[in-house]
Amino acid sequence: MAREQTPAGAVPDQSAAAAPAPAQPVIVLPPKRTFFQNILFFVTRKPLGTFGAAVAVSLVLMAVFAPVISVYDPYSVISSCVTDDGPRCKWAPPGTQSTDPEGTMIFGADHLARDVFSRLIYGARISLYVGIVASFVGCTIGMMVGVISVHFGGATDLTVQRFIDAVISFPTLILAIAIMAALGASLFNVIVALSIVYIPSTARIMRSQFMAIKEMDYILASQAVGAGNWRIMIKHMIPNCFALYLVIFTFHLGGAIIAEASLSFLGVGTPIDVPSWGGMLSQASSANVTVAPSLAIFPGLAIAVVVFSWNVLGDAIRDVMDPKLRGST
Amino acid sequence: MKTYIIKRCFLFVPTLIIVTVLVFAILRVVPGDPAVLILGGEEGDDDYSQEQLDALRAKLGTDKPIYIQYIRWVGNMLQGDFGTSYFYEGDKVIDDIKHRLPVTIELGLMSLIMASIVAIPLGVLSAIKQDTIGDYLTRVITIAGIALPNFWVGVMTIFFLVLFFGWAPPLDYKNIWDDPWNNFQQLVFPAIALGTSNMAFIARITRSAMLEVLHEDYIRTARSKGLREGTVISRHALRNALLPVVTLTGYEFGRLISGTVIIEVIFLLPGMGRLLITAITSRDFPVIQAIVVMIAVIVLLLNLVLDLTYAWLNPRIRYS
Repeated sequence: MAREQTPAGAVPDQSAAAAPAPAQPVIVLPPKRTFFQNILFFVTRKPLGTFGAAVAVSLVLMAVFAPVISVYDPYSVISSCVTDDGPRCKWAPPGTQSTDPEGTMIFGADHLARDVFSRLIYGARISLYVGIVASFVGCTIGMMVGVISVHFGGATDLTVQRFIDAVISFPTLILAIAIMAALGASLFNVIVALSIVYIPSTARIMRSQFMAIKEMDYILASQAVGAGNWRIMIKHMIPNCFALYLVIFTFHLGGAIIAEASLSFLGVGTPIDVPSWGGMLSQASSANVTVAPSLAIFPGLAIAVVVFSWNVLGDAIRDVMDPKLRGST
Repeated sequence: MKTYIIKRCFLFVPTLIIVTVLVFAILRVVPGDPAVLILGGEEGDDDYSQEQLDALRAKLGTDKPIYIQYIRWVGNMLQGDFGTSYFYEGDKVIDDIKHRLPVTIELGLMSLIMASIVAIPLGVLSAIKQDTIGDYLTRVITIAGIALPNFWVGVMTIFFLVLFFGWAPPLDYKNIWDDPWNNFQQLVFPAIALGTSNMAFIARITRSAMLEVLHEDYIRTARSKGLREGTVISRHALRNALLPVVTLTGYEFGRLISGTVIIEVIFLLPGMGRLLITAITSRDFPVIQAIVVMIAVIVLLLNLVLDLTYAWLNPRIRYS
């Protein structure tokens, strides 16, 4: 019952959903904070995490409102660039006077004379979409695998753990590449591949936490009152690992964004015309980097900012929600 | 210790079998017949006869049931035969790997050494000066180092090298045994680009391991018996803190391999990773299978060795 007494358990809905309240609470619980007080607590205690949260939220907003923010269509050649001899602002660096008199191409144009800024904004959609969905699916399935493995124990646990051992021995990117080779390059397949990749590591980390929870008195109590397997797993075990789930989720989100960009960079991820940050970088890479460095710099910075903000946020959430988890991911 | 070794080795075998089944299964769910793929070539022509197709199927063994194919594949691998490439007639995959594995290993080791040289002092300093500006800065740098994708670091490295030194990735790779100095010059920048995220990771775990150790009683004892702070840190704290750092870094080997794939592609190094990417773009499945299995087995063996070493060095975990 240690968790319910710590004042650091900053999210009220979680502690409310946690263990069934004992009939006679021996220890006086700290007064519950309101939602606003919780936010204030987080902001004052974790300035870096707050900064990460602010950046992460604004990037999500940027992705949602991409059509409003972007100047040009990310998929097509800028219309003012089209001449009879083909597009004229290919590889234009930012702020080129001759090719961009109106000054609307603030990050320049790429090798097909498409606006880099607009493609970057739309790239946030692809990145966050892949990151959030793949991480959510991977972590959720991983958590289910973990809880089932622990709850049933014995032979089930042993078998599941051998499968996890096997899958975990493939380096993340190598496994994703192999799955992509089998499935073929598309956005949906990237999500499938990355979801699969994150299942075993999540299951492994969650398992150790579930092992501790399984020994708790409240699990014994619910077994005593005749709760079924699923009720124990879903209502008692999983909610008590929510903090860890959230931390792993934010951590894998950053990883998935980098992995998606890496796959697209290697040409096995999203199709080449999709404005993905990794794909943009690969078109700008090695051979062409001196022609238009801006093309390589901005997508990379965009990836770094997104991943950095989510990682910092995840760190802060971990510290606030459950200090015991330090170093677990 | 003996029971631990036996137990650990016993668990190793089923895992190994599952690994091979998985690799085999993943690349067999691909729609399309390899024989058709080979005869059709990259353009997908269909000017071949049914007899040709049947003959090729018999040669590749794909006319047999799937479990026989699997057993033959594993059996051949155990005898050191990793199959032949679909597209380069008679090109044994094992020969390719023999040429390319040393490049990947050399690159990985070099980046790991360089990362450790920077990261361990950084992590130690950050832990000693906890909650100062320097510590804060180190933490931000390390989180940023993990967030920066290594392919971007690679592309930027090339960009600055070209810009300031007129250096471009050379097209012909020099072997370390033939020309060590040239080899070093070719690998040093890729190794730095590869090492940034490892550097961040090692610095982070060094910091947290040091912080944990510094709160131990024996550190207080060492201080109270009048040892100089430098001796306490280097002889008593760092020695104990390095154990988890070394093992955790070993377990991160897989991530290092993932990184080498990208870095090899960017810097045009003839390693395993680049072979894998070329094989995937041409859908050369025997090559893909061989490389993926080989990497997974290396990781598994390394983990086994690390587990055993760790148990040997740290008796507390043997009984858990």
